[in-house]
Order: sequence, then C-alpha cells, then structure tokens
Amino acid sequence: MKEFTYTIKDEIGIHARPAGNLVKLIKGFSSAVTIEKEGKAPINATALMKLMSLGVKCGDTVKFSIDGEDEEAAAKAIEEFMTANL
Amino acid sequence: MTVFQGKGVYGAVAIGKASIFSRGGADVRRESIDDPAKELERVEAAKALAVEQLEAIHDKALKEVGEANAEIFEIHIMMLDDEDYNDSIRNIIETQKVNAEYAVAVTSDNFAEMFASMDDAYMQARSADVKDISNRLIACMSEGGSGSSESGEKMIVCADDLAPSETVSLDKDKVLAFVTAFGSSNSHTAILARNMNIPAVIGAGEEFLKSISDGDMLIVDGHTGEIYVDPDEDTVKRYTEKQEADAKKKQLLQELKGKENITLDGTKINVYANIGGVASIGSVLANDAGGIGLFRSEFLYLESEDYPTEEQQFTAYRKVLESMAGKKVIIRTLDIGADKQIDYFKLDKEDNPALGFRAIRICLTRPEIFRTQLRALYRASAFGNLGIMFPMITSVSEVKKCLAMCEEVKKELQSDGIKYSEDTEIGIMIETPAAAVISDKLAPLVDFFSVGTNDLTQYTLACDRQNAKLESFVDTHHEAVLRLIEMSAKNAHVNGAWIGICGELGADLTLTETFLRMGIDELSVSPPYVLPLREKIRSIDLKQG
Repeated sequence: MKEFTYTIKDEIGIHARPAGNLVKLIKGFSSAVTIEKEGKAPINATALMKLMSLGVKCGDTVKFSIDGEDEEAAAKAIEEFMTANL
Repeated sequence: MTVFQGKGVYGAVAIGKASIFSRGGADVRRESIDDPAKELERVEAAKALAVEQLEAIHDKALKEVGEANAEIFEIHIMMLDDEDYNDSIRNIIETQKVNAEYAVAVTSDNFAEMFASMDDAYMQARSADVKDISNRLIACMSEGGSGSSESGEKMIVCADDLAPSETVSLDKDKVLAFVTAFGSSNSHTAILARNMNIPAVIGAGEEFLKSISDGDMLIVDGHTGEIYVDPDEDTVKRYTEKQEADAKKKQLLQELKGKENITLDGTKINVYANIGGVASIGSVLANDAGGIGLFRSEFLYLESEDYPTEEQQFTAYRKVLESMAGKKVIIRTLDIGADKQIDYFKLDKEDNPALGFRAIRICLTRPEIFRTQLRALYRASAFGNLGIMFPMITSVSEVKKCLAMCEEVKKELQSDGIKYSEDTEIGIMIETPAAAVISDKLAPLVDFFSVGTNDLTQYTLACDRQNAKLESFVDTHHEAVLRLIEMSAKNAHVNGAWIGICGELGADLTLTETFLRMGIDELSVSPPYVLPLREKIRSIDLKQG
C-alpha cells in the first residue's frame, strides 16, 4: 500500500472537471484508491459524485491510499495529476 | 401590459411570441414490478441511449459554445456512469421491487439533495446536473424522448429553469430568446446563453410563468432583465428601434470577427490584446484578438501576501497559455517600482520613482525573485506559444544579463528533466529613449521589441505621467517620440527582429497608418479596441499617398 498527502492549490478546489479527469485516470489502474479529506471518512476515489460532494477546497489537505499491483505507477500518476491540475 | 424583472444574462433584445417549455416526461409514478432483472435491463438500455444523446449534445456544444463550455456534457456522461448512483438505482429496484423510472427519480432526489446541502455555491449548482441526467435517463425509458416545438416560427422559450443539456438541445434557429423563472447567473445555462448569443433573462419569478400562456406577445430585454408581457404600441416601437441599433452594432463587429488584419494593399499586421490577469482571457477571445501582446505579471505579486512561489506562477502562466491554445502570449516580467508598491518587497520611498529602482533593475539586483519567475515561465512554455519580455531596458549589458539568466534557468530545467519550449521568444520593451537610440545594438540580441509608448513619452518629453499640471505639455504625437519608434522599427527589421507597440498609442486610430508605414508588425491594445483597430487597418491603403 502506498500513501501520500496533497494540499490543494487550485482556487476552486476539486470541482467537476478535475474530479472527472481524476476518476478517469484512476480507473485506468487496477489498484484500489481511496481519498480522505481531514475529518471525513475515506471514500473510493472512483466515485465521481462522492468525490465532488467532499467539497475539497483550496488549502484543504487530502490523503490518497493506493493498494494493488500497480500501486507504484498509480501513485506516481495521481501525484503528477494533482500537481499539474490542482 | 405587465412588466417583470429578472436578471439579464445576455445583452440583446427580442420581440416575439411566448412558447412555454415542456419536458414531455410526465410525473414519475411508483409501480410494483415482478421482474427486477427486466427493470435493470431497461436502466442499462436507457443509459446507453442517454450516453449516445449526450455525446451528440457534446458535439453540438463543441461547435456552438466551445470546448470549455461543452465539457459539462462529458461530465454528465461520467456522472451517469457513477458507481454510487448506479448502485443506488439497482438497490431500489431489487429491494423495493419497483419500476426503473421510480428508482432513478428517488436516486436523483437523494444525490441532488446531497449537493444542494453543501455550503458552496458551485457545488449547489451541481444538483441541477444530477436532476438533468436523471430526467434524461427517465425520458430515455419511454418512447419519444425529448419533444421539440413543431412550429416553424421563432419563439421566446419560457421555462421554470433550463438544464444545460436542454439549453444546448434547443434548436437555435427557432429560439428568439429565453426566460426562466428560476436559475442563477452562475449556472451553466446562463453561461451557455452568453456563448450562444441568445438574449436571455433568468430568475423572472414564478409569477411570470403563471401569468403567461403560449402565444402571448413578449419583449425580452437582456440588457436590463425586463420582460414585457402584452406590450403596448409605444413600447414595441421603442424596442424595435433598440433592436435595430443593437443589430447594426453587432453586425459590424461580427463582420470583422474572423477577418484578417490586412490593409487594402495586402499588408498584414498582428493585432493582439493587453491584459493584466487571467480573468480577462475571456474578453481577449471574445474580441477575436490574435494573441496577447502584453500580459502584465504584476497581478500575481499584487494579489499575494508574500512572494508568489514558482508553482503559483507556473499554474497561472500555464492557464493563460493553454487558454490561448497556441496563440502567441507575451508575458512581461515583473514591472513594479516605488509608485506601484508591494509591501513585502520592502522598497524604500523614493523622491522620483519613475527614474528609480524599478522593473528589471529590481530583478537584476535580487536575482532570486527573477529566477523564480523565469523558471515558472519556462516551465509554462511547454504548454503554448510563449514570449518573455523584459521591461525598462536601457543598456546592452542589462539584456545580456537577462539572457544569461534565461540560459541558466533552461540548463537547470534540463538537468531536472523538466520540459520547456526552445521556441520561446525573448523580447524587450522599448520604453526609454536610451533603448530606442541604441536599438541597433539591442536588436541582434533579441527576437522582438515592444514599444511602451506611455513611458517612452514621459521619459522623452521629461513629463511626469502622474502630474496633471503637465497635461498641456504632453503631446502624445510628439515627433521626437515617433522618430524614436521609427528608428527602433528600422533597427529591429535590419536585424531580423519584429516590433510591436503595446502602449496606449497603439489604440490611437489616428496614428495607425503612421505606424503601418513605419513597418510596425504588431499592435497590442485593450480587448475592446481590437475590432475597431481591425476595421481601421482594413480601410488603409499604403500604396496611396
């Protein structure tokens, strides 16, 4: 299992567009991925509407947990995506 | 005659008959079923059909309202595929043994409620998206699908609210305007209306819908948000005139959109826009500018409490470059001084800030600030067509120092394995008489010049821009200034560089011909001046006179 945290820098936070793209990215891997926002229960990162409804805003820190055969690659790809888009 | 007040979201006038929008899909009833598997199949079949429809709408939206606005429909497709949403529908069908329509409707309410209860206006607006996809799904389960108006006459569509997909699905040729009783100016629908150039008023209130019926005469004023039901003769006359005036203005601009900036004798020139923040990109595109000739990077520093990080700057620059999709974007490096104070820079007070410690002088004295900006710029260069421009240049050695810094930054990025574009153009502002006078020495070092006429005028005429008393001494068409520009243009061209003007004089239509005759290659002006300037350029014949 791999874990990392990321603090959102985008002004609007995880809104519809990046959420959709993130889900698309994660679905391309076989690993199970969860996202946890501080103070809330972790959710399955491929659940688009739940992800949007987390209401992750600029300055919030989220924790990703990635578990599965391709966790290395998945973690790297997710981290890159977050840095570039959020 | 009755008048209703809403919010105008697109400024134009429409006069015509009302057509009340109906969704065709009747209320969903709860029915008990025996065969859940069959209902699940119906859901799957409807989903496939809905996705097909959404893909078609997405294509239509791409053509009519552009990629950024079309994206919502891609998100709709993904929402339809959402695991929780689908699990919920399946669960309700299987455990309650009810029809598919009902299961979708209940799921829709639950998810919409989840978004509506969030304390964030953006997310609240997403509950409309959930309802939109659910209604589509339900409509796809019954025959017919979405019904459209049959008559050939153009109508004013009136609805309680319009979902984005409904707005785009409306046949543009049959819609004069639309009015909704509810809805926010933040909604996708409002944004889409603006992009489709359809007069629209939203939030006209429930009373409005109740008081009209199909075929009623309406006037919709998208400027003021007023709606007249059964208008009297005078009002109709007044609005007909207003409509004609609008149409004339719009036609003129529309005629110029997409046209080249070319003189009667065939000389082409680039017309770009000046902006001071990411928010203005919309108006750059709306006014059909060929690129951004001056992007003032100061806003990043002014809006920040501390030095903006490389990451913050990179994100902003990248956003601009991506939004401009391959069109030229010239970003000017930090241009502040004692007159444009930023607290955390801790600049000393100066008696004469215009001649003081400012712009490139700060950057060369405090290279750590400069390096951060250059790294962010070069990283962003991989995402579009970037030009980097240095302000307040007076000497060859300053330019050489800037270039050396650029080389260092590029080497760093290379060894860090970070991409950047080798095609990034480097230019300098010609805004001091010194730079203009030695432009023959400066031009071989750079790809382009951009003349900052405001400062060039103030330094050449020794007239402080801020001093109102000097106004009668400032001749903006002073021959000294024009000669310096001409000299710079000649020296640029001899050395294979191009030259633009990004100061206020660029928008002075009485000088356009003079600049064209000097061989100026680019004029960069505020977005609203782009089309008037284009009109002027297209009327000039350099072979005459």
